[in-house]
Amino acid sequence: MALDSYQKRTFKQVGTRPNRPDGVDKVTGRAMYGADATAPGMLHAKVLRSPHAHARIVSIDTAAAEALPGVKAVVTAADFGVPEDAFLRDVQDHCMAREKALYDGHAVAAVAATTLAAAKAALKLIKVQYEVLPHVTDADEAMKPGAPVVQAGRAYENVPAGMSENVTHHCEFGHGDLDAGFAKADHIIERHFKTAATHQGYIEPNACLASVTSDGKAELWVCTQGQFFYRTLCAAILGMEASQLRVTASEIGGGFGGKTMVYMEPVALALSRKAGRPVKLVLTRDEVFRATGPTVSSSMDVKIGMTKDGRITAGQAVLRYSGGAFPNTTVDMGAQAAFAAYDLDAVRTFGWNVMTNRPKESAYRAPGAPLSIYGVESVVDELCQHFGLDPLKVRLLNAATEGTKSSYGPTFPAIGLKATLEAALAHPHYSAPLGTNQGRGVSCGFWFNFGGNTCVSLSVNTDGTVGVTEGNPDIGGSRASISLMAAEELGIPYEKIRTIVADTSSLGYNDVTDGSRVTFAVGLATIKAARDAIRKMCSRAAKIWGIDEEAVEWVDGAAVPAGPNAGKFPPMTLAEIAAVSAETGGPISGHYEVNADGAGVSFGVHLCDIEVDPETGASKVLRYTVFQDAGKAVHPSYVEGQMQGGAVQGIGWALNEEYIYGADGKLQNPGFLDYRIPVSSDLPMIDTVILEIPNPGHPYGVRGVGETGIVPPLAATANAVSRAVGVRMTELPMSPPKLLKALEAKG
Amino acid sequence: MQYVAAKTADEAVALLAGHSGMARVLAGGTDLLVQLKSGMVEPDLVVDIKRIPGMKDITPEAGGFRIGAAVSGAELGEHAGVCALWPGVVEGFNLIGSTQVQGRATMAGNLCNASPAGDAVPSLVAADAIARIHGPNGSRDCPIGDIPAGPGRTTLAKGEIVTSIFLPARPARASDAYLRFIPRTEMDIAVASAGVSLVLAADGAVASARVALGAVAPTVLLAEEAARVIVGTKLDDDTLARMAAACSAICKPITDKRGTIEFRTKTAGVMAKRAARIAYDRAGAKT
Repeated sequence: MALDSYQKRTFKQVGTRPNRPDGVDKVTGRAMYGADATAPGMLHAKVLRSPHAHARIVSIDTAAAEALPGVKAVVTAADFGVPEDAFLRDVQDHCMAREKALYDGHAVAAVAATTLAAAKAALKLIKVQYEVLPHVTDADEAMKPGAPVVQAGRAYENVPAGMSENVTHHCEFGHGDLDAGFAKADHIIERHFKTAATHQGYIEPNACLASVTSDGKAELWVCTQGQFFYRTLCAAILGMEASQLRVTASEIGGGFGGKTMVYMEPVALALSRKAGRPVKLVLTRDEVFRATGPTVSSSMDVKIGMTKDGRITAGQAVLRYSGGAFPNTTVDMGAQAAFAAYDLDAVRTFGWNVMTNRPKESAYRAPGAPLSIYGVESVVDELCQHFGLDPLKVRLLNAATEGTKSSYGPTFPAIGLKATLEAALAHPHYSAPLGTNQGRGVSCGFWFNFGGNTCVSLSVNTDGTVGVTEGNPDIGGSRASISLMAAEELGIPYEKIRTIVADTSSLGYNDVTDGSRVTFAVGLATIKAARDAIRKMCSRAAKIWGIDEEAVEWVDGAAVPAGPNAGKFPPMTLAEIAAVSAETGGPISGHYEVNADGAGVSFGVHLCDIEVDPETGASKVLRYTVFQDAGKAVHPSYVEGQMQGGAVQGIGWALNEEYIYGADGKLQNPGFLDYRIPVSSDLPMIDTVILEIPNPGHPYGVRGVGETGIVPPLAATANAVSRAVGVRMTELPMSPPKLLKALEAKG
Repeated sequence: MQYVAAKTADEAVALLAGHSGMARVLAGGTDLLVQLKSGMVEPDLVVDIKRIPGMKDITPEAGGFRIGAAVSGAELGEHAGVCALWPGVVEGFNLIGSTQVQGRATMAGNLCNASPAGDAVPSLVAADAIARIHGPNGSRDCPIGDIPAGPGRTTLAKGEIVTSIFLPARPARASDAYLRFIPRTEMDIAVASAGVSLVLAADGAVASARVALGAVAPTVLLAEEAARVIVGTKLDDDTLARMAAACSAICKPITDKRGTIEFRTKTAGVMAKRAARIAYDRAGAKT
């Protein structure tokens, strides 16, 4: 059964919408989230944070705090080593400032005490002597010669000499002759864009419970998108062997990429090691905003040439991303994704990363892509307006398809972009009339998707039920999707399967839940593990029937003789084989381990109708439709949920969400009141249209769907607003004061 | 921190007047508890006034209503009499927070929290509502607009508490309205706001009006010129434009994370003219 790649089939269970197995626990409040873990003798921890955007730490005096009754441990950077590896050192320095506080909210010390009140009181007794340094929070300012240097000597070799030391990384992608391309254009538009940093905005604040015993064994219960990667980082920072640290992932109240990185977990472990007792550390919302996440901010220049009949002749983008006070390469993904939707002869993107005195960037749903694609899709829209061309038809004319050499190098296999654009063009939304002060925006979006290290263990129980053990937290209904795929492959009902998320001591390494990888890669491993178990069950049946293993095949949940020559035996069901397994060779289980390839890129197209109040600059989204290629929607409700959630986060990014810094370099809005995520009454129901263009790299054709949905909304929203008001909006968010100012400048 | 649930207004006043440290009054607690949890304030004494008899009563009085200091938004919103007489006061108050917050929040608390952006306050000023204050020297009545002194500060003397707010009677063809600008549709704080109360003459023109603006100065502003502009008119577009300009002319806002000076100044006028139109239509619909 060499069915490694996609094979067309008729699904019986995949594509249905059963209840999620974790649903009852979640709606009844029984589910255990990060802050729900407790242990006997547990201490409560609080973190002391820098009030300065940039300051040298001259000294930290913890004596008075340690003397306070109830305080059991105080840690600072002195309680950690200095990792040689630069990446690991940055991770640790982000968790606990060493030498310098690099942003407002940077941790400088932490306390564990018998009560939260004692821990809070102890923070006030820690005396930190700071030498306040000049700071910079804006990417463009940070690139200027003479800007305050966030960290010296951190530039990679690819950065030309003579630039600000804050510039750490440069990249370039593309092909063809740009000059010749622009020369063929009938019109060229070049625009400067700027976008603010945004936070993933997960509802559950980061939380963990750490317990290190005197013999050096440790447990960490934590809200994470990847217990194995957290183990890797924490063990390395604490100087432990991986086998001695067991990490258990709690249920997760949202992550969106933000919980792929440790923030305070090594600190909790260090406190527990020092105090000899379990330590619980739960961040406040203020801390979540100031010291976790966020995404990069950007400053971008995009230049595109087009003929009068809508053919793009050349495209160029210069991207300057800032991911806070540490080097990162997120701009690579922005530079690769920028023009991915187009089949171009001449395209070039240049990326720069620049450090600023802001928290260290973390992944956020399709990291880097929404920004560059916002710039490109805005300029394409403006060119369509210039020539009076239909924006969807222009995109169809230029769309990448199977065989297109992508703007970032690889040649595309079968992709769903053209079908997605055609679905949008034919949808009633696209031809619905618009009223006064209303505009309709269109944007394409793209994401690479990822596979990665994955293993799954599947056990056949003697009563005919099946357990699936996987290693990625269930962040978007994955237990349901994985159970569905196991049920489909085994030919038994969904209800007979129970899928659990294993801790790091119970299964081999699994990459973090990122890159929209879980339904693809864990699904693939589950199908393969099921096939492994099926092979074994066929073998047991063969043994019972006294025929060759090869003469048995699996049909509808049962072993049957493969054809009339194999002999005449009634089918043996999974339950029947499992019931006698002790007599035929012992327990039956299936396994599969892979570093999965072939994730299959994903495209989406969004339509957005907006009305702008010309007297206040307020934007109201009237109608919104997402068209996205899912390859195969395993559980369509959760695919739709991903598409809707991505759209809503992108709309928030476009309209109101932003990190606002004062002249003092402090974050002005570390809370949900002034960091404005859309509330449910702000938006209409987001309509979804799922397309299924099978991914050749997955047995069922599945593509990841989690990230593409956040890519188009920035431009779709900006294009709708720009068309509604007749002014091109080039800065996000398009908050009402900014929009009203643009309207008044237009006159 | 000491917590006392006072049984009488006199007891509350005595506790507050006799205390030397930081003291706070607790009614709904929707501001105070947030401030306590975030560490913004650390009072030595919290005096809970919502168990004092009468604090949760809505009582008809002289053709109007007396609203106890601990009456919640949800309770006021379900009171048909107050909703009919002063719909703008109720709608301003009911905009505060979420459904859960409305179960606790009080108008008196919103007034005494003294945020320039308090949503209950502009309509109360437009209504010419009167606060009854109990203190060490007994009771006194005070116009609502005289209570805020600046962001987070009131003119109340040490030991004084607001015990009720009185909404007066009004003629048959009269009504009010409140509008605020927020970037979202709910769960937000006014960037600029306006409460408008007006009475119509027999011919349908505005006979008298009061206009109050929120979030555009350290305290709520009474826009007297804007009110004069609309008196004698039927709120034609030209009048409304002049009214908006008169509102903008008196704004003294700040630029902060929620909005710029220019934005608040313009938007306050827009809110006022739109609220005036709503109040006018409400009054006109009455017979």
